[in-house]
Amino acid sequence: MSQYLLRRLLIVIPSLIGISLVLFVLLALAPGDPFGELAQNPAVPPEVRAALREKFGLDDPIMVRYFRWLLAMLQGDWGFSFVSRMDVDTLILQRLPVTLIVIGASQVLALVVALPVGVYAAMRPYSLFDQVATTTAFIGFSLPTFFTGLLFILVFSIHLDWLPFVYQTNVSGTGLAFVWEHIRQAIMPVVVLGLFQGGVLTRFVRSAVLDVVRLDYVTTARAKGLRERIVILKHIVRNALIPVVTLIALQMPIVFGGAVVTEQIFRIPGIGSLLIASILANDTPVIMAVTFVTACLVILFNLIADLLYGWLDPRISYR
Amino acid sequence: MLEGPSANHPLGTDDLGQDLLARMLYGGRISLAVGLAAMVVAVVVGILVGAIAGISRGSVDSGLMWLTDLFLSLPQLPLLLVVVYLFRDSMKEIAGPEVGVVILIIVVIGGLRWMPVARLVRAQFFSLREKEFVEAARALGASTTRQVTRHILPNSLGPVIVAGTIDVAAAIILESTLSFLGLGVPPDIPTWGRILFDAKDYLDFAPHWALFAGGAIFLAVLSINYIGDGLRDALDPRRVM
Repeated sequence: MSQYLLRRLLIVIPSLIGISLVLFVLLALAPGDPFGELAQNPAVPPEVRAALREKFGLDDPIMVRYFRWLLAMLQGDWGFSFVSRMDVDTLILQRLPVTLIVIGASQVLALVVALPVGVYAAMRPYSLFDQVATTTAFIGFSLPTFFTGLLFILVFSIHLDWLPFVYQTNVSGTGLAFVWEHIRQAIMPVVVLGLFQGGVLTRFVRSAVLDVVRLDYVTTARAKGLRERIVILKHIVRNALIPVVTLIALQMPIVFGGAVVTEQIFRIPGIGSLLIASILANDTPVIMAVTFVTACLVILFNLIADLLYGWLDPRISYR
Repeated sequence: MLEGPSANHPLGTDDLGQDLLARMLYGGRISLAVGLAAMVVAVVVGILVGAIAGISRGSVDSGLMWLTDLFLSLPQLPLLLVVVYLFRDSMKEIAGPEVGVVILIIVVIGGLRWMPVARLVRAQFFSLREKEFVEAARALGASTTRQVTRHILPNSLGPVIVAGTIDVAAAIILESTLSFLGLGVPPDIPTWGRILFDAKDYLDFAPHWALFAGGAIFLAVLSINYIGDGLRDALDPRRVM
């Protein structure tokens, strides 16, 4: 097991280097200049600008700059945000937890909806429940997150005035009221992301269960006289989940995209809104760090999926 | 200026008094064209990569698959935002302010969505190249190019058509997302996402503006997904009877 983990980690390293190289070259080739703002400032003489460029090594060849960045990053120095005037790693660590909580909660919501609905629909294919469930799931993942976000704001914030639509970091109050206020403002973003994911996952679960239901070992289990509940939970669902785990991991890049949109709509201070702010401000170190961290998280989730895969399916050996 | 739906303006007007129906019809052409063109880019790149990987064995195959996996773990939307924002000025100089950005968006969306097609094509190639009819073609002296273009590729297109259809919907959503975040097409091109971006600040007193634009995106995506689903049922050999 630990040997398998080690080998998987060794495969991850070239991927991470590849991704960081792609991102770095892309940003280096782009015409934007982190000192563009200074160039328009008449109070900064050109000599000072040239000295600054030289100090940060902006005139060196790309490969030299890439290796300097890589070395610095490995030592924990992620650079300095020219716009926010703070270290990039502190900035990202400040923003990351909110994003992870929103994404995590929405994934849990999606699974809680998709698992029972998908399994129940697949156990009675083409029944009324199945038709309603698949159609709803279809509508769910055809609705773009930015549109559901606006619809929710329109209905629940403007018309019904139930939920706040601007996320606030410093909520007043203590104890239960404080927690409740946080939950209240997280409901809409989590539900918007969760509904979309729920639609996708319901279809995954349904078709995975449909693939398993007809296999002989299920008939055997029923013939042994096992209760239907046991057959479904222990025999069908456990095997049907195996491909679903991989599909969930493959969905992660899309989930992060959805998080960028919802964070922007509800003004959540996560890394998604940080990314858009830093793109608009041409804050290269932050753009680089945010995209790289997102890529790392996606790879991490794929790794976890692979390990879960082995746990769910003992036939896959860790060698 | 802002009017709700009326006999003169069936969908109402925006804050400048422009008729929304006209703007949506005009912008819809661009939204749909971007979706279709990005799908073509994705399918062409995907078929190329998948076919090369599927016909060659060994290091070329594993190298290309490593690249495909690498692209699959790239965060699509963040990367799309970064590339479109950073390179829009250079593209404006090359191809003009409007066409340049649209072409850039098409190429980047296509360039980030070819991986499923490549995997499908490679998997199809793996099973097809061992089939008797390909072996017969080989025995008759057909070159590798002829085997691929005349025999293997046409037979592997079924799943590609399904994936391509769903790609159109995904590309429309991606383009609308970009425009909705204010980083897509220039303001004078009213794609559906752009209309939604303009409308979102007037949500409290002119909801019709956002609802019609968002509804258009939703209906387009839903219809294309349904077509894809129907095609899957018609073309998928593994379907459950």
